[in-house]
Amino acid sequence: MTNLFRGFGAVFYKEVLHVRRDSATFFFSLLIPLLQMVLLGFGIDTNVRQINTIVYNADGRRESRELIDRLKNSDTFHIIRYAENDRDLTDAIVAGKARVGVKVPVDYSDRLLHHMGAQVLVLIDGSDSSVAGQAINVTTAIGLDESLRRVLTSQNQMAVQMRPKILFNPDSRSPNFFLPGLTAILLLNVTTFLTAFAIVREKEKGTLEQLFVTPVRPFGLLLGKILPYFGIGFFELCLILTSMRFIFRVPIHGSVFLLAFLSMPYIFVSLSLGILISSKAGTQSEAMQLAFLTILPSVFFSGYIFPRETMPWFFRAISYLVPASYFINITRGVILRGAGIQHLWTDALALFAMGIILLVVAARRFQNKAIMP
Amino acid sequence: MASSGNPAKAAIQADGLVRRFGKVTAVDGISFRVEKGEIFGFLGPNGSGKTTVIKMLIGLLPLSAGAAWVEGLDVRVNPEGVRERIGYMSQKFSLYDDLTVAENLQFYGRIYGLPPDRLKRRIDDIIQLNGLAPYLNRLAAHLSGGWKQRLALGCAMLHEPKLLFLDEPTAGIDPVARRQLWDLLFELSGQGITFFVTTHYMDEAERCNHVAYIYYGKLIADGTPEALKQLPDVQPAGTERIEIATPEVTRALRVARKIPGIRSATIFGESIHALVEEHFDLTDLRGKLQSNGIHVTEIRPLTPSLEDVFVELTAKHQSLEETARD
Repeated sequence: MTNLFRGFGAVFYKEVLHVRRDSATFFFSLLIPLLQMVLLGFGIDTNVRQINTIVYNADGRRESRELIDRLKNSDTFHIIRYAENDRDLTDAIVAGKARVGVKVPVDYSDRLLHHMGAQVLVLIDGSDSSVAGQAINVTTAIGLDESLRRVLTSQNQMAVQMRPKILFNPDSRSPNFFLPGLTAILLLNVTTFLTAFAIVREKEKGTLEQLFVTPVRPFGLLLGKILPYFGIGFFELCLILTSMRFIFRVPIHGSVFLLAFLSMPYIFVSLSLGILISSKAGTQSEAMQLAFLTILPSVFFSGYIFPRETMPWFFRAISYLVPASYFINITRGVILRGAGIQHLWTDALALFAMGIILLVVAARRFQNKAIMP
Repeated sequence: MASSGNPAKAAIQADGLVRRFGKVTAVDGISFRVEKGEIFGFLGPNGSGKTTVIKMLIGLLPLSAGAAWVEGLDVRVNPEGVRERIGYMSQKFSLYDDLTVAENLQFYGRIYGLPPDRLKRRIDDIIQLNGLAPYLNRLAAHLSGGWKQRLALGCAMLHEPKLLFLDEPTAGIDPVARRQLWDLLFELSGQGITFFVTTHYMDEAERCNHVAYIYYGKLIADGTPEALKQLPDVQPAGTERIEIATPEVTRALRVARKIPGIRSATIFGESIHALVEEHFDLTDLRGKLQSNGIHVTEIRPLTPSLEDVFVELTAKHQSLEETARD
């Protein structure tokens, strides 16, 4: 058994020396994810508020003014100005000055007073789907509420009342939702990216050929190269979690130790992926390109931005192959929902299995010495 | 030329090595035998297959056909065992630039799994032997070419191999460092270590006890430098070599080539090397040259150099190939 990992200690010793000698590089690779986190954490708010809105009130009487006040007070709409005519209204939307245009017709108050159905035109710029969706929801809700108020007399209770209560993240704070997922992406910086260079660098230098003449075995070489970066990746995780908790005040509902423990398989997968890239790539710039290729699926297919449940089946299948999917499930589970190991062990196991597979594939490339020039 | 005898007793025995890369045959049926303790010089033009043969012998490239035993082990069966018994220094300086001399030695020692006390003893020995003591804490990147090669050699022999493969160990280092490295090789050879060395320098080839010459995948000479100089192709029966020393080499060459009895002539610095018929009259030659107004310093008989040997053999091989093609 020890024979399989032959050379592990020596390679580990050497890689630690490389890291220590080049500490400036590693300092920056630790710092950059933190900077990105600060920028994204402060800059991105996924809640849609204060949509620029233009209003054309052709009626102008009390009922119409009440309706417009309700729009204003919803916090969803910000009225930039009042239009004088229909053209003015559509122009503002085409020019991008307003996302929503509301037209109250001349007969609005009349029709209400005569208990006839009144109509309000809401023009919505569909170029941003989340803004459009929010505008539809809020205007519909206001319309419904207005109607009910007019139909029901003041003594009557509403027949059915929905009382939504948001569990976990009750204020819908963006950082709470955003940062646990971001952790998975930021970790790639100090895992996949660092190990992607680990072998290709030696290939370019010619030292890999020298290593092959020694009795070092593929697993000894790969694990010896991975382990120092495992330490770096874990340290970075602690930095990210600390700043998430104390700078962005994201409460961690579950156990911090469990989170740290379940992060290990993710770090392991990301490192193995980097090593596999490194054994495939012929040059350092090729390795760089391949490493960048891992970022986009981790952002878009992992559920970090778009929920996995709504993806077409094909992309949903892909999402199962993206390690970040499982890790984001783990971070959101522990941090936001206070989930325990009984809820998350399958994700951790999936990650661990992926890591082993990637490592074996990388090792097989060395077994056949296929990378020799 | 054929290898014979017990492969277990030789340092290297190669029988009909063949290596193909797709349709190209890089190594075409090479056989030779290196005895223990020899300094074996493996020569040939660039791209003729020297490095390929080394990689086959140390188990980095599978053989397309043929067989090879290194230190008594069959390379096809036990490449791992071969690699534990040999040391290899590649053409490039295969050291870690950002590690110090001491750290490079530590790393290579550990990778061979030497126990700590033996590793320490070996490192001390090598530091003393290779004179690395003043540079222990210097980064490998900051060593000169000659010192880099000494360190690389030290790293390749930490595990006390009995056979060392050195692929162009002196390429790109200065003449003094070259001389010092060869002195070191002789010292190690005296301790019973076998060397397999490739080189382009003929003066280095002359210092080997055994040389072989590979020409585009085929072995065209194999033996001691002395034996090769006696080869009939190099020194045809009924001929001898002479050296004509003169300050006016180019004019002398033009005249000499017209004199009957001189088969071929080439310039070597301040003199002309010529292949002449046996019993050629040297006093007559001197007279003919001087009557053409050429001052002749000296005319003396000459034994061929290895360079003569390889030039003759290459020329003969080229003409053979051309006739085969026609």
